[in-house]
Amino acid sequence: MNTNLFSKHKNNQVLEANIINTTQAQLLEINRELALGFSVEELIALQVYFKKENRNPTDIELQIISQTWSEHCCHKTFRGKVKIEGGKTINSLFKTYIAKATQQIKAPWCVSVFDDNAGIIKFDRDYGVAAKVETHNHPSAVEPFGGAATGVGGVIRDILGVWADPIACTDVLGFGPLDYEYNKLPAGIKHPKYVYMGVTAGISTYGNNMGIPTVNGAIYFDESYIGNVTVYCGCIGLLPLSKYVKNAQIGHIIVLAGGKTGRDGIHGVTFASTELTEKSEEISRPAVQIANPIEEEKLKRAIIEIRDRQLGSAITDIGGGGLSSAVGETAERFGCGATINLEKVPVKYQGLMPWEIYISESQERMLMTCTPENLEHVLGVFEKEDVIATAIGELISERRLKLNHNGEQITNIDMKFLFNPYESTKTALIKITDFIEPKFQEPSDLTKTLLQLLEAPNIASKEAVIRTYDHEVKGNTLLKPLQGDYAGPNDAAVLKPIDDSIKGLVISCGMNPNYGKIDPYWMAASTIDEAIRNNIAVGGRRIALLDNFTWGNPDKPERLGTLVRACEACYNFSVLFKTPFISGKDSLYNESPMGSITPTLLITAIGIIPNIEHTISADLKKAGNSLYIIGETYPELGGSEYYKLNGYIGASVPKIRGGKAKRTFKAVTKAIDNSLVKSCHDISEGGLAVAAAEMGFAGDLGLTLDLQKVPSKAIIRNDGILFSESNSRFLIEVAETDKQDFEKLMHTKNCVEIGKVTKEPQLYITGLNGNPVIDIAMDKLRKSWKKTFNSKETEQ
Amino acid sequence: MNLADIKVCILRVGGTNCDAETQRAFQEFGVQTEIVQVNNLIKHHNLLDYNILVFPGGFSYGDYVRSGVIFARHLSAQLGKEIKNFIDAGHPILGICNGFQILVEYGLLPGFEGISPVPEATLTTNEPSGFKCKWVYLRQENQGKCVFTSAIPKGKIIRLPIAHGEGRLLFPKEKSEAFLKRLIDEDMLVFRYCTKEGTIADNRYPTNPNGSFYDIAGICNSEGNIFGLMPHPERALYWWQQPDWTRQNQMMQYGDGKLIFQSIINKLTHKI
Repeated sequence: MNTNLFSKHKNNQVLEANIINTTQAQLLEINRELALGFSVEELIALQVYFKKENRNPTDIELQIISQTWSEHCCHKTFRGKVKIEGGKTINSLFKTYIAKATQQIKAPWCVSVFDDNAGIIKFDRDYGVAAKVETHNHPSAVEPFGGAATGVGGVIRDILGVWADPIACTDVLGFGPLDYEYNKLPAGIKHPKYVYMGVTAGISTYGNNMGIPTVNGAIYFDESYIGNVTVYCGCIGLLPLSKYVKNAQIGHIIVLAGGKTGRDGIHGVTFASTELTEKSEEISRPAVQIANPIEEEKLKRAIIEIRDRQLGSAITDIGGGGLSSAVGETAERFGCGATINLEKVPVKYQGLMPWEIYISESQERMLMTCTPENLEHVLGVFEKEDVIATAIGELISERRLKLNHNGEQITNIDMKFLFNPYESTKTALIKITDFIEPKFQEPSDLTKTLLQLLEAPNIASKEAVIRTYDHEVKGNTLLKPLQGDYAGPNDAAVLKPIDDSIKGLVISCGMNPNYGKIDPYWMAASTIDEAIRNNIAVGGRRIALLDNFTWGNPDKPERLGTLVRACEACYNFSVLFKTPFISGKDSLYNESPMGSITPTLLITAIGIIPNIEHTISADLKKAGNSLYIIGETYPELGGSEYYKLNGYIGASVPKIRGGKAKRTFKAVTKAIDNSLVKSCHDISEGGLAVAAAEMGFAGDLGLTLDLQKVPSKAIIRNDGILFSESNSRFLIEVAETDKQDFEKLMHTKNCVEIGKVTKEPQLYITGLNGNPVIDIAMDKLRKSWKKTFNSKETEQ
Repeated sequence: MNLADIKVCILRVGGTNCDAETQRAFQEFGVQTEIVQVNNLIKHHNLLDYNILVFPGGFSYGDYVRSGVIFARHLSAQLGKEIKNFIDAGHPILGICNGFQILVEYGLLPGFEGISPVPEATLTTNEPSGFKCKWVYLRQENQGKCVFTSAIPKGKIIRLPIAHGEGRLLFPKEKSEAFLKRLIDEDMLVFRYCTKEGTIADNRYPTNPNGSFYDIAGICNSEGNIFGLMPHPERALYWWQQPDWTRQNQMMQYGDGKLIFQSIINKLTHKI
């Protein structure tokens, strides 16, 4: 360490950095020495501030500012300016697109959007539902098990951070191909199979141990995920809205509860805001936290009791940025300052520097405030649950953050300065891709093609993983992720969270990164459509959305350009479908020696079903019933699994015809409410053929379909109709006796009977010329579909 | 006794996580229920105030050693005498999933000679290994001794979900046959994994989901008042919890899980 740059503070565990009278080169050296991750502009802003304060900052002050200003904590890209090359300047992507959609929709059932740890919507009577989805990509790349487990732990705390009781988890994961050649892996990159095993184990361990069912998710494979694993962890909670208390005031006590603080998770947020390199393992291993789900389980019980007895005045989770973020954000939110005595923080072992204590991201910790009168009661509740809780400071009227350590002041920063980071302007370049539509002959054996598609990693059954997640604990999962003896996939999960209510909560998701390679706008649009139609397929409506962006380095104009386009689509289609965004998160800088991640937008949809009896599963119910397709099929194979199978990307990305899509969604909901739907499945990856096969697997029945009857536009080939991934389509089973009513209700030429359910378990499809194009026993299809990931499973 | 006088103690520690739904299952019958943190029971020494003791599912103390062993040791050290009195008084004890593991680790099950100072069996890593959440079929094998299956005729097939990574019941190898004989002779066998039609799994996966010895899913002690099982009856209580309710035209109001709670309530209220 260059001693000229630092001098001793009177507290011998603290250093002062000489920044007020130094050159830019020296500033950069300090930046590097302390791993602060500031930009030059930010360093200069710091210098100006501390000159005004007429003193040098302590190391802990620099760490606090670094954490608060990191991409992870303040979302510089989403909240800063974006200048589009040759075009307009956008003042905050977040405000211009995401938040604006929600404001414009003005849904009266939105209780709290964007400004707390999780979004909150009304559910039933006094109950609200809280939802949050987080990314944990960087930690999972370095340590798959721990990274994923703490991702789950973190998002559960976000739910506790709005006083809600966590009732379900979701997880959506992206991995590189599991059969990727070892010798092609660059140094420092772990093999996808290792990452896959670790991440799925981490997720199941945390959720199962906490006793929160993991009910919905997806696993997606893409080469770009080899260097950048994608881990989205979501959690849904339930809370009585009258107990949603956020009224901390000056003089309230700040209580730290949960696990002890150690060196695990130091610099997690700055780590999360930089690219991964060969050295990430070595440098950033300490940035990954250690998970202890049992500690969080106890913490949860105590928090729910404190909530019910209304002993606290505010609560937040301790996640990215550690105490630094939690204390700072709490004080900022309630318009006051804070004073903290750092030596009171319970530590795992001696020797932690004050700055380490303050920014450590050790897990299973929550921050709470309460009145001095309630402190004893609050501590009593924690003690009863064997949880360590300590009063570490209080909220003060002066708008400054003051930290003491063993009686000496080591931090004294103006809150206004801390929470007004230097606003960046980034440049975006919007480029049109030049993919072309491939020309190849239609395969002569489409049955074989279907078998290959069912084996494709993005379509194949993930039963072996799903069953390692307890999706039944709490006993409230009324529509499960897998349906029937052969475990066909349902489109969404439905929970019945309140004992004396018949209302169901519907959880679904959408993700189509492959489309984004062609056009990020239509990728985002399709993702929203998929999340919503999955929800509608089981009976959901009144849908709220959560957005999660995993992108590459936004400092590269082309990458930022794709983000801008995706945000535009988010605004347009959220408004179109009247589905407001209630919460979101971005993970940027997902770059590795293998390049940038494929821009990946996850949309999670939370709907309700007024009466659970109307819930629809995807399994075919009865031979003789009729099958209808609703929604038009277009020659939209760009980015499809079918093209991928043949080695193409293509250009004809699925689009959305707004008016028609809305009418389709409405009609399906109406048919479900009128009890005219026996089963329903959304048509997505792999198109109509795969949707039909999956409904057959789940119901252990067969299907005959006629492609001539499928309403389509400009498709002249069977493969086009079978495998097109056009949006806003469903395959619906209707009983013979309900056909008339159903047709009358649907009343559109885009809803057509195309076949029947058969007793014989066979998939039989006739093509455009009337000849059979697919004719195969369901068990053969099923074997292909299961064999990719279910080596241990043999059928019952 | 009167229904309203029955008091159920649902015991929990850090890591127990099926207590609420287990309580809900008992509440369905109108009995008194209480979820009790073990520290409270140790402090107040009031186990005998209750009529039924339940160990619900979860991961007690994280199950960082063998599943259930930490809680079992903790209990026998802190509450050994009371638990013995409770059992001697003939009060029933139910262990579900992790609760079953705790009863085995405690030496209460199979309990050929009363409470065993060392475990006589183990519930170990599934074969094939890994946590598994799915619905299974069980055949009721008990002739009438087990108080928790009194309302389920012998031979009846019921369906319940499992969710565990360590549910393979094993006896010491050299004692397996002798122990099995005693289980059968003394009517301690309760549930075995079977197919939908009732054919015993005969150790075939996935009908037997964890490789359990003799396809055993649940056993009771020789007195019949202590019962442990790996599947979760509390998750199979209502019609909407059934995995195939969306297929049924006429759905029963309750699932098979209810029968287990019904059995013990009947027993205590002398309906049987």
